Amino acid sequence: MNTGILPGVVAVVLVSIATLAIGTFGLRISRTTSDFLVASRTVRPRLNASAIGGEYLSAASFLGVAGLLLTFGAEMLWYPVGWTAGYLVLLVLVAAPLRRSGAYTLPDFAEARLGSRGVRKLCSVLVVGIGWLYLLPQFQGAGVTLRATIDAPQWAGSLVVALVVLASVSPGGMRSITFVQAFQYWLKLTALLIPVFVLLAVWMADGAADPASAAPASWSIPLATPGGGIGLYTTYSLIIATFLGTMGLPHVVVRFYTNPDGRAARRTTLAVLGLLGIFYVLPPVYGALGRIYAPDLVASGSDTLVLELPSLMVGGVLGEVLTGLVTAGAFAAFLSTSSGLTIAVAGVLSQDVTGRRWGTHRLGGVAAFRVAAVIAVVVPLLMSLPAQDVAVARTVGLAFAVTASTFAPLLMLGIWWRGLTPTGAVAGLLVGGLGSGAAVAWTLGTSPSSGWAAALLGQPAAWSVPASILTMVVVSRLTAATVPAHAGRFMVRLHTPEAVDLQR
Amino acid sequence: MSDEPQPRVRVTGPPRRRADVVRPAGAREIDAESALGEVFMRSLLREQLVLALQVIAALGLTVGLLPLVFHLFPSLGDVRVGPMPVAWLLLGVLTYPWLVLLGWLYIRRAESNERDFADLVGSVLPEDDR
Repeated sequence: MNTGILPGVVAVVLVSIATLAIGTFGLRISRTTSDFLVASRTVRPRLNASAIGGEYLSAASFLGVAGLLLTFGAEMLWYPVGWTAGYLVLLVLVAAPLRRSGAYTLPDFAEARLGSRGVRKLCSVLVVGIGWLYLLPQFQGAGVTLRATIDAPQWAGSLVVALVVLASVSPGGMRSITFVQAFQYWLKLTALLIPVFVLLAVWMADGAADPASAAPASWSIPLATPGGGIGLYTTYSLIIATFLGTMGLPHVVVRFYTNPDGRAARRTTLAVLGLLGIFYVLPPVYGALGRIYAPDLVASGSDTLVLELPSLMVGGVLGEVLTGLVTAGAFAAFLSTSSGLTIAVAGVLSQDVTGRRWGTHRLGGVAAFRVAAVIAVVVPLLMSLPAQDVAVARTVGLAFAVTASTFAPLLMLGIWWRGLTPTGAVAGLLVGGLGSGAAVAWTLGTSPSSGWAAALLGQPAAWSVPASILTMVVVSRLTAATVPAHAGRFMVRLHTPEAVDLQR
Repeated sequence: MSDEPQPRVRVTGPPRRRADVVRPAGAREIDAESALGEVFMRSLLREQLVLALQVIAALGLTVGLLPLVFHLFPSLGDVRVGPMPVAWLLLGVLTYPWLVLLGWLYIRRAESNERDFADLVGSVLPEDDR
């Protein structure tokens, strides 16, 4: 890939400049503290949906899905389907109540609902852990991208993304980030959509070869390898992780508070469903065409498929322009998701760690946030250096398993069941978090193997989610005397429409 | 320069309710957490939860059954629609409009539930003003 490093360099530079420029434009109209933190809670559903889409479509969606589809076929369609269906589950179970709760972050929600500082602290630890687990593949993907397009060493891409994220996040603020994220959704969509038209035209002109003919039969069956009972278990476990995990992602939850009210939160979620559906139709096209035009990539790790397919299928200047376009989209994917996660993690760290008194020193609010942002970025950056061979979409899938086993039960029970107690919530979070976390650590730390044990640990959601929910319910029942006194009043706040004049 | 008064800081918040409006009886019952107010709240919660579970059931009985169907009938892997294997068509394309349709139906019913609740407790929710 030495031949055309120019389009890649141009794309990366242009996206970085555009990101910083739009962020600066947003700063000008960002005047108040409320603008800074929650965009004054006035973001309209359509803009907000673009921003959520921009933040949500990460390296895993942009690069990882197409590569996994190329290698493994239909079973990997569950990733994009689950990541979209997760928003439907979020819509029906938590969207409007979460906005009405008035919570800005997940720890805020836990503290407001349960009235307990202990639950808040545990949630903060989980937000930071999940944020780092999710940032790790973004940095890895950035390294892969720059190596494939401009032949830079693997660590260079991670470092560039980390630096641009820090530069845009520290002065940033929610109002300006909203515009940046919205811009990046449309950039990512364009960057996949335009090449698809060209590639499909080339494919038709070449006689429309059948992608499935070169593939094994399992390529057309949406069940995890090796099929059978294990395949069925793995597939359903992935479905549970992605369908439920979305609602617990820290960077997604923060965005809901920028809606004006519960109705707008629902409409935003519906628009997100539409935007994600449009986007996720595209990666399978790359995966299928890759079977015909990029057979070399099938066996090797294939996160670079989206980047290399345009130049493999279309030569000359057009091929270089298309390569530049997909590189720009990929880079936008790392930047938007990483900055959203960095804000979420840094927000929690600055509240609970860097903003505290250390000896005789105490940092001010902004300084604490900046130190926290540096910590939030540097730790996963260092973690990304040794762990280079795990597919991007798989690592992100593991992060979903952890959120589905921790925050999803907390949100679902907290919103729909008065009987949840602080002790029950802590017990459930610990069971789900330690169970799925240990499984994830084992999977990331050991070499891939097969059999039931590997399946149970590699895809833990199917047992860790029920275990977490069950623990919360049973322990809450045992400690029923400690149900918070304000639980009834909080239910009124969560579920009644704002137009009804009630004390909340 | 430093003698200049600080610029006035405007604190914004939700619109204040007008004090002279008599609050409807239903809203007072809920605020007082009386038995009647409790009935109002429980019925709203039940309706919304049942609706949510219906949508999730619709999702589970369509998209959620696909792995089982392909497990039981592996020959479906050979079925083609044009150039596409049927699994790719179902999961790669058709699932997405189905999810949007379910979401749209949910919002219609959820907002209608909330309007009914508002009528019940005696205040008026603005008609659909999208």
